[in-house]
Amino acid sequence: MIAELGHFSLVMALMMALLQAIFPLWGAQRGVALWMAMARPLAQSQFLFLLTAFVCLTVSFINNDFSVLYVAEHSNSSLPLYYRITAVWGAHEGSMLLWAFILGLWTFAVTLFSRSLNEEMLARVLGVMALISIGIELFILFTSNPFDRIVPAPVDGNDMNPLLQDFGMTIHPPMLYMGYVGLSVAFSFAIAALLGGSLDSAWARWSRPWTLVAWIFLTFGITLGSWWAYYELGWGGWWFWDPVENASFMPWLVATALLHSLAVTEKRGAFKVWTVLLALFAFSLSLLGTFLVRSGVLTSVHAFASDPTRGLFILVFLGVVVGGSLLLYALRAPMVKDNARYDFVSKENLLLLNNILLVTASASILLGTLYPLVLDALGLGKISVGSPYFTAVFAPVMAPMFLLAGIAPMFAWRQADPVRIFKRMWPVFVASWVVGIGLVTVFFKADDIKAMAGLGMAIWLAAGALLSLYSRVSLRANFWDGLRSQSLSVYGMTLAHLGAAVFLVGAVLSNQYSVESIVRLAPGESTELGGYRFKFEGVTEVPGPNYRAKEGSFQVFKGEKQVAELKPQKRIYKVQRNTMTEAAIDPGLLRDLYVALGEPMDKGAWSVRVYVKPFIRCIWLGGLFMMAGGLCSVADRRYRLASAVIKEPAGGVEAKGVA
Amino acid sequence: MTPRQKRMVLVGLILAGVAGAVFLALTAFQKNLLYFYTPSQVASGEAPKDYTFRVGGLVVQGSVKRSEGVTVRFDVTDGAATVPVTYTGILPDLFREGQGIISIGKMNGQGVFEASEVLAKHDENYMPPEVGEALKKTGKMPPTTYKDYRK
Repeated sequence: MIAELGHFSLVMALMMALLQAIFPLWGAQRGVALWMAMARPLAQSQFLFLLTAFVCLTVSFINNDFSVLYVAEHSNSSLPLYYRITAVWGAHEGSMLLWAFILGLWTFAVTLFSRSLNEEMLARVLGVMALISIGIELFILFTSNPFDRIVPAPVDGNDMNPLLQDFGMTIHPPMLYMGYVGLSVAFSFAIAALLGGSLDSAWARWSRPWTLVAWIFLTFGITLGSWWAYYELGWGGWWFWDPVENASFMPWLVATALLHSLAVTEKRGAFKVWTVLLALFAFSLSLLGTFLVRSGVLTSVHAFASDPTRGLFILVFLGVVVGGSLLLYALRAPMVKDNARYDFVSKENLLLLNNILLVTASASILLGTLYPLVLDALGLGKISVGSPYFTAVFAPVMAPMFLLAGIAPMFAWRQADPVRIFKRMWPVFVASWVVGIGLVTVFFKADDIKAMAGLGMAIWLAAGALLSLYSRVSLRANFWDGLRSQSLSVYGMTLAHLGAAVFLVGAVLSNQYSVESIVRLAPGESTELGGYRFKFEGVTEVPGPNYRAKEGSFQVFKGEKQVAELKPQKRIYKVQRNTMTEAAIDPGLLRDLYVALGEPMDKGAWSVRVYVKPFIRCIWLGGLFMMAGGLCSVADRRYRLASAVIKEPAGGVEAKGVA
Repeated sequence: MTPRQKRMVLVGLILAGVAGAVFLALTAFQKNLLYFYTPSQVASGEAPKDYTFRVGGLVVQGSVKRSEGVTVRFDVTDGAATVPVTYTGILPDLFREGQGIISIGKMNGQGVFEASEVLAKHDENYMPPEVGEALKKTGKMPPTTYKDYRK
């Protein structure tokens, strides 16, 4: 009964979405106030139905209702309650429902926080979001219905994929989807503005907080995914350039570019046409990501489900969304006048460079990800693009980006004085490289150019961020007054740039100085690695709720002092008979000690994988810094003030480059 | 500078950037494309020498042999031909005999594939698409092991 209720709610949500698309969009075009006013209640009821559907599926999981096919395939009565709930999005059908639900959630949020929007704009935004909802709900109902029954019902279920039975992995998909789907808000604002011809700085001010929130979630989702891959896959890597990782990274890069470009559009009224295009691209790449992950066209750790009809549906949907929005863009964009004036040496142009670099990086990843698919589709052979390609292309594009990010905050809008900035910054530039090279020489190797360059760049970036904050603060006579008078978005930017620097430190140092050894160890034997001695004590059997585990015990010594005890496991999940490696990690800001069990060999010996990874925590710490920066910016008063100020009709107002 | 000159400089910069990126991408592409070959293709000498590629198929039952250290030797088949593979390191959790795998590496002088990486999928029912196609070509696709309650 509950599953049927869920199915029915999903159909009702689709009906609501249809109405929510037709009436408000038509009403906005014809100027019918009543039809426009329908947008809000329809969007809210659509969300309620989606919520009901989602709750129904969750209840089916909690109740172990194995007469529902999806539950039978992905849950089991011995699965702990927490995982039974998260198993809802543990596979294809449920995660698509989560996608639709989150889109409903964002739509609902727009109806709540839109008092500053005029009716026409709101009607268009909600109408466009409804169009996306229709696509995704049709997709679920026709190709991946999670509420399908199975007769006769099995006694017990097939269990959740053991890889996903882990805390990080349970919250990674919702966070990532919050980010992916959140970009649909910026997309809808862009389409609505194009439809209404109201592409102005007010539009940018509305879009900016939404884009920021989506970006925060996306950053969090990617950071979580990377952390999970590190400790769960047992290979000690944190980024594999796996097509599915790329699928989430491309929208992130474009969303980052969009954030910077929105800042220019909001503050200076410039780059309008470009900003709109970025908003369209960012969401299109999110959809492409969904297509890549869900269609099963990729050979990847993530490609659990594969079904060609699903792929075809999403591909057509993607074509309609991307094609339609680009067509609208081509028709409407030439009418927008970019008449903001700025000098060649100005913050505007530096941000433009930032955008070009980020988009180039994203495009090169797109090329590496799609090229094998295109070749395969044309029957020209099966190839794969290795991760060396991505590092070879990505690093040279990112290097100038980091260099410029160090100095860009010092530039003034419209017209900057390059001589003054140069005079001020060159000692900082030289000093940060000297410190970077010095640190590498003293603590690591004296001739490691990559590490020196990376560290120098990171210090330069951090110094630039802090110095620009200082120069703003020092405009006031009193230091504390100065600190207090800064807007939160200034702190946000400083934090986010510091985050990029921290990330860079982690990425460079862990890539350059991680040491690894794969050895065969009998109980009582030890192995030396990176100044640590790992002593293997043997393996014992440990029971778990739905698995049995063999648990190894390692004592780690530095000199004579014991620094850690590590207990890696080899788990055998009872239902699917899968073996899983659970690495044991002793985390630290300066270094991680990492041990994973390999395979049992004769006489109680095991093959063992041991790593010492310096500074690897900085990678995720950097991600957290960036998120914190985003949160600071969202909390900025300007956006709350904006809701009171902007009340003019969005129709004919064409911003004339607000000074 | 006049606005027109400014625009030209910008366009020039963008073009230079794009050209640089394309150049980087193409050179990186040249070195990092990994082609897939079936064991039959390897046996008939189609696979390149001294160049990294991927080979995939089913691990032959009873072929896995371990030596003293952590080096493993096994055979990979597509039903028509087999390729011997050696790998030093820890095999993935789902590596087992009869399972579809993909390995990345080079052929050595003795006709043995020296793998630098072995990939098995984290789903026992999953067949790497390339391996599935190779098996279909030789007509040796094993029956699906789907759970009986599936549609």
